[in-house]
Amino acid sequence: MAADTATGTQAPLVMEARGLVKRYGQVVALDGADFELRAGEILAVIGDNGAGKSSLIKALSGATIPDEGEIKLDGKTIHFKSPIDARRAGIETVYQDLAVAPAMSIAENLFLGRELRRPGFLGSVLRMLDKKKMLEESITRMNELKVGIRSMTQAVETLSGGQRQCVAVGRAAAFAQHVVIMDEPTAALGVKEGNMVLELIRRVRDKGLPVILISHNMPHVFEIADRIHIARLGKRAAVVNPKKISMSDTVAVMTGAKRVDELPADCLA
Amino acid sequence: MKGRLPPLATLGPFIALLLACGFFATQNERFLTGGNLSLVLQQVMVVGVIAIGQTLIILTAGIDLSCGMVMALGGIVMTKFATELGLPPLLAVLCGIGVTTLFGLVNGLLVTRIKLPPFIVTLGTLNIAFAITQLYSNSQTVTDVPEAMTMLGNTFALGGTTNVAYGVVLMLALYGLAWFALRETASGRHVYAVGNSPEATRLTGIPTQRVLLGVYVLAGVFYGIASLLSVARTGVGDPNAGQTENLDAITAVVLGGTSLFGGRGVILGSLVGALIVGVFRNGLTLMGVSSIYQVLVTGVLVILAVATDQLSRKGAR
Amino acid sequence: MRLKTLPILSSIAAAALFAAGTASVHAADQPIIGLITKTETNPFFVKMKEGANEAAKAKGAKLLSGAGKADGDNAGQVTAMENMIAAGAKTILITPSDSKAIVPAIKKARDKGVLVIALDSPTDPTEGTDALFATDNYQAGVLIGQYAKVATAGKPVKIVTLDLFPGHPVGAQRHNGFLKGFGLAAPDAKSNELGKAAEVVCMADSYGDQAKAQTAMENCLQKSPEVTLVYTINEPAAAGAYKALKSAGKEKGVTIVSVDGGCQGIKDVGAGIIAATSQQYPLKMAAMGVEAGIEYAKTGKKPSGYTDTGVTLIAAKPVAGVDSKDVKTGTDLCWGKK
Repeated sequence: MAADTATGTQAPLVMEARGLVKRYGQVVALDGADFELRAGEILAVIGDNGAGKSSLIKALSGATIPDEGEIKLDGKTIHFKSPIDARRAGIETVYQDLAVAPAMSIAENLFLGRELRRPGFLGSVLRMLDKKKMLEESITRMNELKVGIRSMTQAVETLSGGQRQCVAVGRAAAFAQHVVIMDEPTAALGVKEGNMVLELIRRVRDKGLPVILISHNMPHVFEIADRIHIARLGKRAAVVNPKKISMSDTVAVMTGAKRVDELPADCLA
Repeated sequence: MKGRLPPLATLGPFIALLLACGFFATQNERFLTGGNLSLVLQQVMVVGVIAIGQTLIILTAGIDLSCGMVMALGGIVMTKFATELGLPPLLAVLCGIGVTTLFGLVNGLLVTRIKLPPFIVTLGTLNIAFAITQLYSNSQTVTDVPEAMTMLGNTFALGGTTNVAYGVVLMLALYGLAWFALRETASGRHVYAVGNSPEATRLTGIPTQRVLLGVYVLAGVFYGIASLLSVARTGVGDPNAGQTENLDAITAVVLGGTSLFGGRGVILGSLVGALIVGVFRNGLTLMGVSSIYQVLVTGVLVILAVATDQLSRKGAR
Repeated sequence: MRLKTLPILSSIAAAALFAAGTASVHAADQPIIGLITKTETNPFFVKMKEGANEAAKAKGAKLLSGAGKADGDNAGQVTAMENMIAAGAKTILITPSDSKAIVPAIKKARDKGVLVIALDSPTDPTEGTDALFATDNYQAGVLIGQYAKVATAGKPVKIVTLDLFPGHPVGAQRHNGFLKGFGLAAPDAKSNELGKAAEVVCMADSYGDQAKAQTAMENCLQKSPEVTLVYTINEPAAAGAYKALKSAGKEKGVTIVSVDGGCQGIKDVGAGIIAATSQQYPLKMAAMGVEAGIEYAKTGKKPSGYTDTGVTLIAAKPVAGVDSKDVKTGTDLCWGKK
C-alpha cells in the first residue's frame, strides 16, 4: 500500500506546510521550509544537526508555533497552540523519551489522560474508572499491531527498551486519527528490538495511518521509508525515493556535498 | 491483577505490624485486648489523618514539613473562635479547617506557580504557621471548649471493654475514601502519574500543575480535620500541639511503604505506619521500658522500610 | 521589578537599623541585661520574660531577651548570649536548656566580666554561673509527696509517675523529691536518675506535654488499671492524665499531684482535677535577676550561691500535718493568664 511515487496517481495530501519560518533570537531554525505528507506512506525526515528537522517536527506536532508560514491538515489550515491541540486534531507523537510513567501498568499508560469511565452512576458521579474495559481495549489494540507482550497489567518499567517503544508506538497508533509522528524510535535499541519496532511501524501504516519518522539511522530509514524528506539549512532540500537513490547520495545531499540538481530525475519522489 | 502477590514494599509494613503485635502480646497479656487495641487506634488517629494528606503530597514526589504546625494553628483558630468570639461550634470548626486549607493553598501556589521546591516552601510555612499560632494564642492553652467540638473524642461500646472513639471511625472512613479515589478514579491515578513522571504526564495532556495544586489544598483540608480530632481528643486547643506530629506523619508514610521519590505507594500503608509507631509506644509502656527506646526503634524501622523499598524495586527490574 | 525593589528595601532596612542604633546609644546609660529562656513558647518562660520586662522598666534597665528554639537547643542559647554581650549586656540571666553544654560559653562570658545568673535550673556544675535563683525542685516534689502520703492513707497505694524525659535534672529532682516526701527510698537532690519503688507500678515520659501525657496515662492504665495516685511533672501533664482517667471512668478514685502553680493549674486545683500542686515563682526569679543585674552595673557587686525563690504547696483540701495554702492564695500568686 505504499504511495505510488514515480508516475501516475498520487495518494492525497494528508498534511502540508508552506514557507515555515521559525527564529530563535538570531538563529533561523526554519527558513521557508515546505513539507508534504501523503496518505498511507511512511515519510522519513532526515537532516544534519541544525538542518531544521526538529523545528519542523515541533511545528507539525504543535510543540512550537512557527513565526511565518501555513500548515494544512486534510486541506484545512490549522493553528496549533500546544501539543494538546495537535492531539485533538488527531495527530499523535511518540517522543524520544517515550512519555510513559514507568511505575504504572501498560494498560494505564495507554489510557493516560484519556481514561475510560464506568457507565452510569458509577462513572459520572463516583467517577470510577472502567479498568476492565481499558484492559480489554489495550489487549485488542496491541494484538491488532501484533505486539507480543503477554500481560497488559505489568508495569512498564519491567519491559525491555524495545517493548517500551512498542507500547509508546502502540499508544500513538491506537489514538491517532490522521498522523503518527515518531522521533528517533529505534535509537538506543539493539538489532533485534530495532527490527521489532520497524515491523510495528509498518503495521501502523498498513492500518491506514501515515507516519512521519525522524531518524539518524540510515539503514533503518532505507529499510522502512516510502519517501525521504531531506532537510538542510532550514529548508527542504529534496524528497527522494529510497528505492532508486543510494544511501551515500542521500547523505551527500544532506551534508551539501552534492546538489539536488546533480541527482538523476528518478531519484526524486 | 489476580493471583499476583503484592510487592514486598506493600506487604512488608503490614507484616512488621503483625510481628510487633505478636511480640507485645507475649510480653503483656493486656496488649491484645479489645480495650487496649481500640486505645492505640485513638492514640494514632490525629497522626493518621495528617498522614493521609502527607501521603498525597509524597506521592507527587513532594513533601510537607508544615503539616503538624498547620494542624496546631487550625486547632487554636477553631477553639478561640468558639470560646472568645462565641461562634457556634460548627462554624468555628469550619473556620479552623478553612485556615488550614488556606495554608495548603499557599504551599501549593508556591510550588506550582513560583516553582519552588516543596521542601523549602513547607520549611518556610512551618515556621510561619508556628509563629502565628503562638502569637494568636499568646502561648496559652485554650480551655472550656464547647462539648460539640469534642464529640469525636467520645467513644461508643463495641462489646466488652472495647470502646471505639467516633474520631477513629472518621479516620477509617477517610482512609477508605482516599483509597477509593486513588485507586479507582482518574484524578487519583493522575496523582501517581505526576509523581512517577511529571514530564510524561504533561505530554499526555494531563494538567500537572492543577493536579499538584489540588493535592496541596486537599492535604490542607485533612490537616484541618486532624486539628478537630486533636481538639476532641485532648479537650483543649493547645498551641504546642503538632510539633512531633510533623515528623511522625512523614514517618508513618515512609513506614507504610510509600516512596519519597513519588509515584509509588498504597495509602493504607500510611495507616499501618502510624499504627506501628503507636503499637510500639503502647507496647513498650506496658513492658515498663523507657520511651527513649521507642524513638530508637522508630529510627531503625524507618531505615528498614526505605531499604526494603529500594531493594524490592531493584529486584523487580 | 525585582531589581528596583531591592535597593529600596535595603535603604529602608538600613535607615531602620540606624534609627534603632541611635536610640540604643541614647539609652546607653541604662544597664543592659539579657534574659535567655529555654523556649519562647512555654508559658512559664513567657511569664518570666514579662516579669523581667516589668522589673526592667520599673527600675530603669534595658532588657534584651532571647531563647533557644526548643527544649534542649543549646546552640541557640549560646548564640543569643554572644549576641547580647556584643550588644552591651553586662548581665545574663539564663534558664539553661543543657546544663553541661552551656558551661564553656558561660565561662567565656564571665571571663569578659559579664555577670551570669542561672534561673530556674542550675548548670552542671552549679558553680558554672555566678549565682542561681531557682525553685528547689526537689523540695517541690517533697511537698506534694508528703501531701499525697496523707491524702491517700488508709488504702494500699499504686503510683504512676508521668515524668519529663530521661536525664533531665528538673524532671529527676521533682520525681525523686516526690518519692522522698511520700516516705519511699529515693535518690538525693543531686541525682539525675529517676528513682524506682515497688509502689510505683508505671513510669512513663510525658515531655511536659498535655497530649503526650494523656497517651502515657492511657497506656499506664492498660498496664495497671488499679492506680490510686498519679505524680505529674507539670500541670499540662496533669490535665492530660485527668482526661485519660476520665475517659476510663476512673477520675474519682485517683489523686493527681503536680508542680508549677500556673494560673490554669491553680484553676484545676480549684476544680478538683489536681489535688495539690507546688507553686513556683518565675516572676520572682526574673525580678530578682534584674535587680542583681542593676546592682552589678551600679556597684560591681555580684550575687553568689543559691537563692531559693520559694515554693508553696497549694491544695483545695488541706491534710493533717502538711502545711498548705488555699486556692485563693494560689490564684493571687499564680503566673499565666488569670
